[in-house]
Amino acid sequence: MAKSDRLYRAVVFGLGWLAVAFMVAPVAVGLVMSFTAGQTLKFPPDGFSLRWYTALFDPVRSAPIHTAIWNSLQIAVLTVLGAFLFAMPAAYGATRLKGKVSAIVEPLMLAPLVLPTLVYGLAALIAFSNIGLRPSLPLVVLGHVVVFGPLMYRACIAIAQRLDPSLEEASTLLGVGAFMTFLRITLPLMVPGILAGAFLVFMQSLDNVSVSLFLADARTSVLPLRMFAMIEESLDVRVAAISGVLIAIVFVGLFFARRVLEPSRQI
Amino acid sequence: MTRGGVPFVAPMLALSIAGFLVPLVVLAAFSFSDPAGGFGLANYAKLFADPLALQVLFDTLALGFKVVASTTLIGLPIILLFWHAGPRERSLIVFLTLLPMLVSNVVRTFAWIVILGRQGPVSQTLAQLGFIPAPRSLLFNETAIVVVLSQIELPLLLLPVMAVLSRTDRSLVSAAETLGAGPWRILATVILPLAAPGILAGWVLVFASATTSYVTQSVIGGARHIYLPQYIYREVGVLFQWPSAAAIAFVLLATTGIIMAAMAMLSRHPRLASHG
Repeated sequence: MAKSDRLYRAVVFGLGWLAVAFMVAPVAVGLVMSFTAGQTLKFPPDGFSLRWYTALFDPVRSAPIHTAIWNSLQIAVLTVLGAFLFAMPAAYGATRLKGKVSAIVEPLMLAPLVLPTLVYGLAALIAFSNIGLRPSLPLVVLGHVVVFGPLMYRACIAIAQRLDPSLEEASTLLGVGAFMTFLRITLPLMVPGILAGAFLVFMQSLDNVSVSLFLADARTSVLPLRMFAMIEESLDVRVAAISGVLIAIVFVGLFFARRVLEPSRQI
Repeated sequence: MTRGGVPFVAPMLALSIAGFLVPLVVLAAFSFSDPAGGFGLANYAKLFADPLALQVLFDTLALGFKVVASTTLIGLPIILLFWHAGPRERSLIVFLTLLPMLVSNVVRTFAWIVILGRQGPVSQTLAQLGFIPAPRSLLFNETAIVVVLSQIELPLLLLPVMAVLSRTDRSLVSAAETLGAGPWRILATVILPLAAPGILAGWVLVFASATTSYVTQSVIGGARHIYLPQYIYREVGVLFQWPSAAAIAFVLLATTGIIMAAMAMLSRHPRLASHG
């Protein structure tokens, strides 16, 4: 008994943390590489320096990267805004729908999360060009809102379902209109879900390749596609510096959003 | 205020229909349009007559299954670790699972180029131990793609399982212990059946993601290993064959859809669902 117990614990804890290390290692490697002093990508790197960060922020040499970052930031911010305006109210409303209606609404709202974004990108390109829309930045935003809005919906509905309806009733009884009640009572209570949703949508939009690949025009370069090209063409070490920045953003965002993103609430 | 969710739902519903459903219907219609202008199965016939396209389809589905198998193998120890861990360790494991998932796919793929490259730690170690005569790049083969995709998709398998397990009452294990079951027996008869619905949900996500990950497949696979996403993009971006690209996209959607539905149905199997 005891021997089998000890073996079991050794196997579970040993293999378990080893597997966790495998899962996290590439993120650590990406971060360490961004501080390399060398010309090439080598791990462990030849010494440490901030030279690639300096190169990344150089306004002349890295101008195309800056354009791509700027485009991607615009797209991500507008996508978060769009997701907030469409998905947050929808999540709130969905908790107030009757059984049969919500059985139809719910899967439709979440469907874009299951469909491969590559297939959606192609579908959107064909459909939008049939009504005369050409690939452009606003079209990328529209595509991102459709595909990533459901993440906001899911994060908000987790919160909306646990709202105490008596708070709203109290507000209405005191003579406050439905709209003001939503604005001053419900919305503030949903803030944790909205922030977690915004973080997820922001990161996904910033990272998306498949939708942008089809919906961005040739002039509008976006960050992940730019990085993709830099990796394929020359293994440019500045990609490591961009990676470092992106990892830092995730680390900070996750630190604050962690409580709301717990798996029991997320799925 | 307890009724009337419709005005709140309507805008997003309209967006989903106009921005999502309609394009999908258009894509379907497009896949049936033949070059002469009529409707027909010409695009599909061409696709199924093309041995290269069939090979790509087969390779893509096989890749999906290999990644599902490999993430399960690597994920199981983490699932067990999560089950036995205390609250603080659990929250650390969740953090370490969400962290790589939220880091850009391009960034993670880039890190793997460094790890598996000629000057990377794996190749250097193998050379020093004498397994390979000289350091060489370990990229551009299917094993590399499976390993990299496994690391990238692992969180998708773990999160649904963690969600199921964190809602589970651990007194079930104490009950089994009282009844005299050893740890391995508890693993097989209590923990795994409890985790099964989460694992199946994870399989669906991993399969869907692995078969459609454009960046990782392209970068780690190189030009010689082509899967459906690259094939679709080539038809659209290089050859401008939109109808045939639409047909391929639909075949991808249909085959992965059927496999995912089978996995999802399995997870609703009474013996499994009763535990969830």
